[in-house]
Amino acid sequence: MSEISAKTIKIARPPQPSALSNALVFGWRAVLKFRHVPEQMFDLVMTPIMFTLLFTFVFGGALAGSPDDYLQFLLPGILVQTVVFNSVYSGMGLSTDLSKGLFERFRSLPIWSLAPFAGLMVGDVLRHFIAGLIILTIGLILGYRPEGGIVGVAGAFLLLFTIGFGVGWIFLVLGLLIRSPMTVMTFGFTLIMPLTFASNIMVRPETMPGWLEAFVVRNPVTHMATAIRGLMNGTATMPDVLLALAAPVVLTLVLSPVTLWLYRRGN
Amino acid sequence: MNRTAPASTLISEAAAFPFAITARGLVKHFGEVKALDGIDLDVPRGMIFAVLGPNGAGKTTLIRTLATLTRADAGTATLMGHDLASDPHGVRSEIALTGQFASLDEDLTGRENLIMLARLWGFKGRAASDRADELLAAFELSDAARKQVKSYSGGMRRRLDIAASLVVTPGVLFLDEPTTGLDPSARQGVWRMIRQLAAAGVTILLTTQYLDEADQLAARIAVIDKGRKIAEGTSRELKAQIGSGFLHVAPADPANLDRAAALLEKLLGNTVHHNAEGGQLSVIAGSSKTANQALSALIDAGIELSDFSMGSPSLDEVFFALRGEATDDASSKDAAQ
Repeated sequence: MSEISAKTIKIARPPQPSALSNALVFGWRAVLKFRHVPEQMFDLVMTPIMFTLLFTFVFGGALAGSPDDYLQFLLPGILVQTVVFNSVYSGMGLSTDLSKGLFERFRSLPIWSLAPFAGLMVGDVLRHFIAGLIILTIGLILGYRPEGGIVGVAGAFLLLFTIGFGVGWIFLVLGLLIRSPMTVMTFGFTLIMPLTFASNIMVRPETMPGWLEAFVVRNPVTHMATAIRGLMNGTATMPDVLLALAAPVVLTLVLSPVTLWLYRRGN
Repeated sequence: MNRTAPASTLISEAAAFPFAITARGLVKHFGEVKALDGIDLDVPRGMIFAVLGPNGAGKTTLIRTLATLTRADAGTATLMGHDLASDPHGVRSEIALTGQFASLDEDLTGRENLIMLARLWGFKGRAASDRADELLAAFELSDAARKQVKSYSGGMRRRLDIAASLVVTPGVLFLDEPTTGLDPSARQGVWRMIRQLAAAGVTILLTTQYLDEADQLAARIAVIDKGRKIAEGTSRELKAQIGSGFLHVAPADPANLDRAAALLEKLLGNTVHHNAEGGQLSVIAGSSKTANQALSALIDAGIELSDFSMGSPSLDEVFFALRGEATDDASSKDAAQ
């Protein structure tokens, strides 16, 4: 039988690590999670794949004349939808961690307070990247052609990560407020579904009733989809990109201090 | 079996701060409920100190408050010389907490959990994995090191959870109900580890609702109820506070329990306690002579005994007696107002 000796206990303390080093550890945790729970990727990409296939082939002819033309319109928007949906899962992950007491330990450690969230963000970016790649690949197979070329696609992905980062704060706050992962998901999708459908992701706003069109053209998701579409088609303008960035920047500025406060306040 | 850990290596530090924890007048409300209602605490270095109380007494709130997870509404505390309110980061660098619910990542392996914490404390690369392996070996988890924590048994989780609190030497280790929900052999295993930790010089504050656990492990015990400390001392002192000369009897036929209780109460003039399991009666007998008289009276009345003994009260009886006193105090205070 082994013994817990004074030697095991009395270990010299290493110097306190930097905030960045703390954040990287949580990033490493997110990568490990991918290795151990690969099925999470299935949940994340199945919905957008279904949307892409169903909308392209069922509605494509009616909405844009032919499935090929519609795919050209739809695919960049689906990428935005995927990133926004993915953010809900990161809120669920946080809520799961909180319900299991894991964050109690993190909170009692002398580490940078935001480090666990930085780790969640790293996991998010990874998820966005993998899901985005899968959807883009399927699009390419179905005949989607990004006119913006590699530079346009790379720019679109960078913007997608920024959108995911900004929108992610909403669900971190929800994850901190709601201790049941299922409720976070239900509540999250109740919020997200109307925002993504009442946007220009699937249908051009001009075809909608006036009151709805008025909402859709002001919906931040519309601006995001417009910019991503523009970048991938090589037609984006600076104002397009700036408008798409407005919501993520505002969300980050407003919700990051709220997140920190909720995390630190205890009960 | 009470152990005071050897002060050994900590003597010079101990001279600077004789107490690992000092708390004065800690108060914490949750709405109308006073979870902590003015708790004072002095925990000497290198000691196992138990906070004993029933569910809802405020034990977990006390630990969470001292571990910087919950902010006290009033009162002050210092941990290893760091002020709880003004220097929570300093407090965090000196403490480790093992809560009631495993604070582990279930999706990761045991080894990955420990490496993650070792890196967070500043161990780099190989040093982090070496530290993880060393702890896994010490806590008898080497075989399960590369399995996901979700496949661990309750006892293994608890051991890993405690190991996770020892990545660096904590000034104070908080253990919130370390054996709740464990089977008897897993419980013995955790007890053995707690004793070894104390012997290695770690100050431990544990909460428990098991009287035998406090009795077995702790050098000092604070009894709390409804957010107030109702007694504190060694288990011997607490027992002495209630008085000695307890007579314990167990009627062979449980149907005779009430008749035996009535008889003992009449003969000895003291309140008869039924123990927790219900098969045994305990009463202050005073002297062995009166105890013998009481026993023969029971036998004369046709109540056969399967077991009887004279001794000091169990912690069970101490606890209920102390609670009784505290309640009496409170009600007489209420009456006076």
